[in-house]
Amino acid sequence: MSEFRMPSLGADMDAATLVEWIKRPGDPVQRGDAVAAVETQKGVIEIEAYESGVLDDIRVQVGQRVPVGTVLARIRTDDQAPAAPPQKHVSAAGAVAPSPPIAAGPPAPLPAPVQAATPRITPAARQRAQALGFDAAVVPPGPGGVVGLREVEAAQAASVGYAATPPPPSRPAAPGRKPGLDLDEMRAAIAAAMARSWREIPHYFVSSTLDLTPLLTWLEQENARRSVSARLHYAAPLIKAGALALKAVPVLNGHYGEHGFEPASRVNLGIAVAMRGGGLIAPAILDADTLKLAEVMDRLNDLVARVRGGRLRSSEMTAATATLSNLGEDTADTLQPVIYPPQVAIVGCGRIAERAWAHAGTVSARRTMTVTVGGDHRVSDGRSAAKFLNRLDALLRQPEQL
Amino acid sequence: MSHANLEKMVREALYAIAPDLEGEPIDPALRYRDQFEFDSMDFLHFVMELHRLTGVEIPEGDYAQVETLAGAVAYLTDRSAPGSPH
Repeated sequence: MSEFRMPSLGADMDAATLVEWIKRPGDPVQRGDAVAAVETQKGVIEIEAYESGVLDDIRVQVGQRVPVGTVLARIRTDDQAPAAPPQKHVSAAGAVAPSPPIAAGPPAPLPAPVQAATPRITPAARQRAQALGFDAAVVPPGPGGVVGLREVEAAQAASVGYAATPPPPSRPAAPGRKPGLDLDEMRAAIAAAMARSWREIPHYFVSSTLDLTPLLTWLEQENARRSVSARLHYAAPLIKAGALALKAVPVLNGHYGEHGFEPASRVNLGIAVAMRGGGLIAPAILDADTLKLAEVMDRLNDLVARVRGGRLRSSEMTAATATLSNLGEDTADTLQPVIYPPQVAIVGCGRIAERAWAHAGTVSARRTMTVTVGGDHRVSDGRSAAKFLNRLDALLRQPEQL
Repeated sequence: MSHANLEKMVREALYAIAPDLEGEPIDPALRYRDQFEFDSMDFLHFVMELHRLTGVEIPEGDYAQVETLAGAVAYLTDRSAPGSPH
């Protein structure tokens, strides 16, 4: 018999609402199966079993909000099954998550179901209105009876008569409906994690500007040959090379807990994915250093699709050993990223920009990216970060070998 | 395929990769990036979905032509016209 508990899905989570039992009592579960889904500040996340057995004795019902560590159900294990300590993951994450319940507020009452009546409000519009502090239901619909982003923004610009309403409590999911992400809650979660990081972690930052021309030229040739469905985005080689470089500099890869730094044996690279309207989530690509480039791309496609419209899994939310944040095109040159505790390093990538590049006595136009490592001085020094950057540079110059 | 059907398909591709935009009005002349905070990854996923729905291969060099709803419909109209390779 083992206990299936509400895990901590990040340094910033203290409680979550159970929104679905994916498995029923009596169902067999395998280690890694999604057993239940919970709604957190980061959207709905599926919690996986850490042990195989049979689901039994459900203790928390759909709609209940419970603290991290609460027993949700029991999993009956057969005697032969090796009893891996089920709470290992939970306590490891929990031990380093003493953050006070910021903006916990009263438990969310069960709200009335969202009315499907006219006017129709798009999910993006609902979120934007909520982020702006009013209810999208009061916004006059646009053509076709739809309240969209444009209507919400027009209402905000006009700013007449929409008294700011307190953001509604997070809504439990109705079956078949993806609950809207509460951007206020997500902002509070990011604030809690980043405030803790800045308070506790003595950050240092080390940057290099890398010439990505060889990589991008190679990608263009590859993609010209590939069908649309197999095309590579430059993020894939960046992730693979970043993971390999982390493997080579172990002081940047792992967690800082009660007993100081614990290096990780695997490289699970958290990928910061921005949410439309604000906020971001950094789920991990597990063992990113061991995957082929095409596999990294597949994982990335899947991850982004699930951040946008599906569900993430608990292992993806807790397993990251370091994080990569890529600012993307049309943005800015340099990102000085803040570490996501309990990790000890984060890699920030600025946009790709064409720059005059001096090399071997001549100047030419090259496509470049400034990469910045944010490191934890309790664990490493700028020299380690420089080693990482040089390794990353070398790897990206030979993309065909990734 | 008719213009209306193609347009419906482009919308479907957009909503498939950004479900939170479902039902959002789309300005046909404005780039998705400027309307909906699309990044290049979103855009690649959009092209993949368009390919899945229509079978039309869109080379990277043509990406700029499908960055708007109107552009994508025009592009697909050309590619799916009788006598074209598709």
